[in-house]
Amino acid sequence: MKILVCVTSVPDTTTKISFTDNNTKLNRAGVQYITGPYDDYALSRAVELKEQHGGTVTVLNVGEADTEPVIRKCLAIGADDAIRVNADPTDAFFVAEQIAAIARENAYDLILMGRESIDYNGGQVHGIVGEMLGLPSISPVMKLDIEGSKARITREIEGGKDELEATLPLVLGCQEPIAEWKIPNMRGIMSARTKPLKVVEPAGNDTLTKVAGYELPPPRGAVRMIPAEEAETLISLLRTEAKVL
Amino acid sequence: MISEIEENQDLIVRTVRDFATRHIEPFVREWDEKQYFPLEVMQQLGQLGLLGVLVPEAYGGAGLGYREYVGVIAEISRVDGSIGLSVAAHNSLCTNHILLFGNEDQKQRFLPQLASGEFIGAWGLTEPNTGSDAGNMRTTATRDGTHWILNGSKNFITHGKSGHVAVVIARTADPNTSHNATAFIVERGTPGFSAGKKEDKLGMRASETAEMIFQDCRIPDANRLGEVGDGFIQSLKVLDGGRISIAALSLGIAQGAFGHALRYAQERQQFGQAIARFQAIGFKLADLATEIEAARLLTYQAADLKDAGKAVTREAAMAKLFASEVAVKAANEAVQIFGGYGFTKDFPVEKYYRDAKLCTIGEGTSEIQRLVISRQLLK
Repeated sequence: MKILVCVTSVPDTTTKISFTDNNTKLNRAGVQYITGPYDDYALSRAVELKEQHGGTVTVLNVGEADTEPVIRKCLAIGADDAIRVNADPTDAFFVAEQIAAIARENAYDLILMGRESIDYNGGQVHGIVGEMLGLPSISPVMKLDIEGSKARITREIEGGKDELEATLPLVLGCQEPIAEWKIPNMRGIMSARTKPLKVVEPAGNDTLTKVAGYELPPPRGAVRMIPAEEAETLISLLRTEAKVL
Repeated sequence: MISEIEENQDLIVRTVRDFATRHIEPFVREWDEKQYFPLEVMQQLGQLGLLGVLVPEAYGGAGLGYREYVGVIAEISRVDGSIGLSVAAHNSLCTNHILLFGNEDQKQRFLPQLASGEFIGAWGLTEPNTGSDAGNMRTTATRDGTHWILNGSKNFITHGKSGHVAVVIARTADPNTSHNATAFIVERGTPGFSAGKKEDKLGMRASETAEMIFQDCRIPDANRLGEVGDGFIQSLKVLDGGRISIAALSLGIAQGAFGHALRYAQERQQFGQAIARFQAIGFKLADLATEIEAARLLTYQAADLKDAGKAVTREAAMAKLFASEVAVKAANEAVQIFGGYGFTKDFPVEKYYRDAKLCTIGEGTSEIQRLVISRQLLK
């Protein structure tokens, strides 16, 4: 089984966000990058499926050279090789176009990725990739098992779960609890250095969206402590101020 | 462009941080209060390759150097010094003694299990009456044909109770003679070998410290490490590396305490502003950051020298002395910056305060480090 796992390199979840260039770009100074947490789930499940069924896991990232530490970590976790499309991942369409171009050259049985990146949280790439390749795309996938050429999938839907069966190849957006995050071991880290990481130039340059500006959400207000014996005040504030009752 | 070594080091450190955040941090307080030694976490660390960091891959280890090892110990200790101490003692004392002085058979028999975490290692030099004065130890090993008979006790031994295998240094000749000690590998379950009291400690409470007792304990000569009489010299060499370990442990504790203090100082508002904005606190933070950086540089210098195969006695002692004193100071100042909250168990810094003190005592007190350094200077 040939699995492609698409990963994003995103700011660590504890990053303090600020912007530059007239609020059109993220201020990258001092930001620590990590693998997208949902992509980590996809990768972990891919490695497990490889252990069960054999095959290969290839990691794909659309990003500039500074994303390579994130890619190396994916190799350390158990991917066999990696491809980096040497470009700034400007928007979902552009990224999907790159993934589709790589997928057309290689017959992957599964194309896995996180249900969304945690930087811009678009959640569109898997859908666009599926459309471009003419393959079913399903998201968010919480459970994935493979039997022969069939995939058994549990997808989260509003208020419940959807049990699906589909024939490979497929494009899937993944989330917990599809697998437990894997932490690379020291041998994995050492062997990651010698695993192939191919750098390719982007297939097209179709950026369909442009950022006009970012705005931070308003800062959280201070906590107000209301003594337990003043429950009536609390209820009144929830009614009149918070307007949640 | 960062070098491959730096990228690798960074990945190792981030991996250990991920593990510590998920599998250690949530339990720090519980383990500390209950004095619980989490054997299961040690085994997970073994699976990650962190219990055989310096052991070559041929013996099932990670095959890394001291530079990476320092990163591992410091990163664990940043979250929990107790676990850092256990990992350090396992790697650099027991495992390293067998790696440095074991014969091929001994390495094959013990290193793979130690590196994988299947075996937890202990190392016994200290005795109730001989701490710094290890040359006067009372535990004896007497030859009996193809065996040795051990009698005596060792105390303050990390993993003295739960350890599956221990390296024990015993006297094999008269006291006050040179070359009077020999090292042996003792497996748990050997008749005559038992664990004594588990210590109830001020800090490092999730790291098990216990007494090991030997009563007519018969050890095959095949478990003797190196030549008869070389035990003390071997121990000093093991401790040269061990001091880098404790320097790394100290560095991690200092960084952990400082990290909490820095965050708190930026969040805590008094007189209408964050307390970090007051010079009294800002200068404390500046001094600590500077001293921690100096401790880091000394520790990595010793690690790099060790990796280059150079003598490190002086540099390892300097790193251990300085980093441990910085750890105590950083933890002390962190409690001060937290004020009243710092004195409570609901906030993390009091634990660093208790843990840090071990660093100026274990594996050679600050006074012994000064002795080692001064002797090196006056050579």
